[in-house]
Amino acid sequence: MKLKKEKMIEMYRKMLEIRHFEEKAFELYGQNLVPGTLHLYAGQEAVAVGVCSNLRRDDYITSTHRGHGHCIAKGAQLERTMAEILGKKTGYCKGKGGSMHIADFSVGMLGATAVVGAGIPIASGAGLSIKLRGTDQVVACFFGEGASNQGTFHEGINMAAIWTLPVVFVCENNLYAMGTRQSRVMLIENVADRAVAYGIPGVSVDGNDVLAVCEAAREAIKRAREGKGPTLMECKTYRHKGHSRFDPATYRPKEEVEEWLKKDPVLRFKAKLVETEVLTEKEADKIEQDVIAAAEKATKFAMDSPYPEPEEALEEVYA
Amino acid sequence: MRRITYRDALREALREEMLRDKTVFLLGEDVGRYWNGAFKVTKGLAEEFGDERVRDTPISESAIIGVAAGAAITGMRPIAEIMFGDLSALAMDQIANQVAKMRYMFGGQAKVPVVIRMPFGAGVNIASHHSQSLEAWFMHVPGLKIAMPSTPYDAKGLLKTAIRDDDPVMFFEHKLLYPVEGEVPEEEYTIPFGVADIKREGKDVTIVATLYMVHKALSAAEMLTKEGIDVEVVDPRTLVPLDKQAIVDSVKKTGRIAIVTENCKTAGVSAEIAAVVAEEALDYLDAPIKRVAEPDTPIPFSPPLEQFVIPNEKSIVKAVKEIVY
Repeated sequence: MKLKKEKMIEMYRKMLEIRHFEEKAFELYGQNLVPGTLHLYAGQEAVAVGVCSNLRRDDYITSTHRGHGHCIAKGAQLERTMAEILGKKTGYCKGKGGSMHIADFSVGMLGATAVVGAGIPIASGAGLSIKLRGTDQVVACFFGEGASNQGTFHEGINMAAIWTLPVVFVCENNLYAMGTRQSRVMLIENVADRAVAYGIPGVSVDGNDVLAVCEAAREAIKRAREGKGPTLMECKTYRHKGHSRFDPATYRPKEEVEEWLKKDPVLRFKAKLVETEVLTEKEADKIEQDVIAAAEKATKFAMDSPYPEPEEALEEVYA
Repeated sequence: MRRITYRDALREALREEMLRDKTVFLLGEDVGRYWNGAFKVTKGLAEEFGDERVRDTPISESAIIGVAAGAAITGMRPIAEIMFGDLSALAMDQIANQVAKMRYMFGGQAKVPVVIRMPFGAGVNIASHHSQSLEAWFMHVPGLKIAMPSTPYDAKGLLKTAIRDDDPVMFFEHKLLYPVEGEVPEEEYTIPFGVADIKREGKDVTIVATLYMVHKALSAAEMLTKEGIDVEVVDPRTLVPLDKQAIVDSVKKTGRIAIVTENCKTAGVSAEIAAVVAEEALDYLDAPIKRVAEPDTPIPFSPPLEQFVIPNEKSIVKAVKEIVY
């Protein structure tokens, strides 16, 4: 696959945006400034960016409790995303959703659900809507390997398959559902093998290699856009932090963590870009400095934003 | 005025709205041309509108609702059918956590115009998994609206309103009502949500009843007339929004209330209505509030057992006599 230089640089920038956004978020919750919990996307950046780099603004995505990366990759603003995480009025959901329920309908981000697997049939529904309206949009549905044990996975993918819906099901296999290792809850190694049950293509890729993800997603999205139906795409990846706040992730062997940290998708992509002379070290550093500044700015915006008025809790239950 | 069945009234509403608005479509198990819906409500619609818009689904209740939700937030107006109300339990996450909350938790960005139709009700000997009336479950979930038509006229008018509503609407039908005939005008009409209908005026006692129980309450009222008791029957028609004012106004007039619902008594809809009366009209009551509901059991199979648990004219008459003295 041959990508334009500018495209690769843009992808690198997006991955860095997610990484530094999450680092800021982690820092803020360390200071007790984030209400509730956080599920950080750091380590999985290549998946969101590799997939979303193939999507148009009017395409849709559905997301999960670990969804900041999906939002940013689909084009949501860092400012309003961070404001939502802090429960501020300027957040995407005006403080009603928080980290686990960010949505930005203006960029086709149809929202994150905190119920594992619940977004799968919803993505199929967006796909059915596209088919009935006769547009050439597509849907990318993100979920983890844990969600592939839910009934909604079976029901939702099967419906997309029988109706040839334009949906790409993206399983981010980060090996652990909270503290439960994949091998304890399924006998197969590749979630993509489950595609056979639905008569659709299943592909498994290195989810820490953004170019590999991008290429597989391009194929699946092309297929969906051409009306040939869904694909189950599995991206093998690893979260750098624990499941959520306060999780030291002691259930993961130290050697395993070290092994995966060596495969850090952001560092790997940077090395590749420098090695292939797409970027110089200096240019890469400059991009990183810009992104750090953007994350700082988003944090300041969120910190400076007001909380909603308490009575706003009563609004928007109904249209 | 012409008379048509409840089933035909529902079908007319579906058909007219599908003709009016291309974004309206149906999905559910066997709603299409091969079966026409378990209760034949969708008969002929697949032939007229095609299999794309009258869509048979696999037996996947959770995905039926999830798919409807995803279609609704991206510009469509799906009408999902759950074959029996009992099976809504299989779709409960999608209904209660997704459909109901999307608008709110996304800060008003989502519009979720889904109608979820399902039949409730006991009385046809199909036991515990096909006979329940579960409106209380859904009344406890903010974000859902609830319509429960008791007549063909209400069925058509409320269903058209439900389809045009930008919020999710739980639309509960009753399996014994499908063949029931009533007056339905030829011309276009809709019925607003949150407006109760006084099905019978009276001055001595108020009966608030829902769905099929409206008919039981009306026959009980006839029986009570012979004993000199003048009954007013109030049908809320929608539980969310609930026309509290109509209930309170009726109680102010009669000073007595019995609430008749076909669901378990404990934490049932009758408990909520009783609480409304206690909070807002206690001073107007001349007697304790009476509830006529099912006992807290599953619905049994055998005819004598089943008939024992469903409220009927006799149990309503008895309850009314206990508060009219």
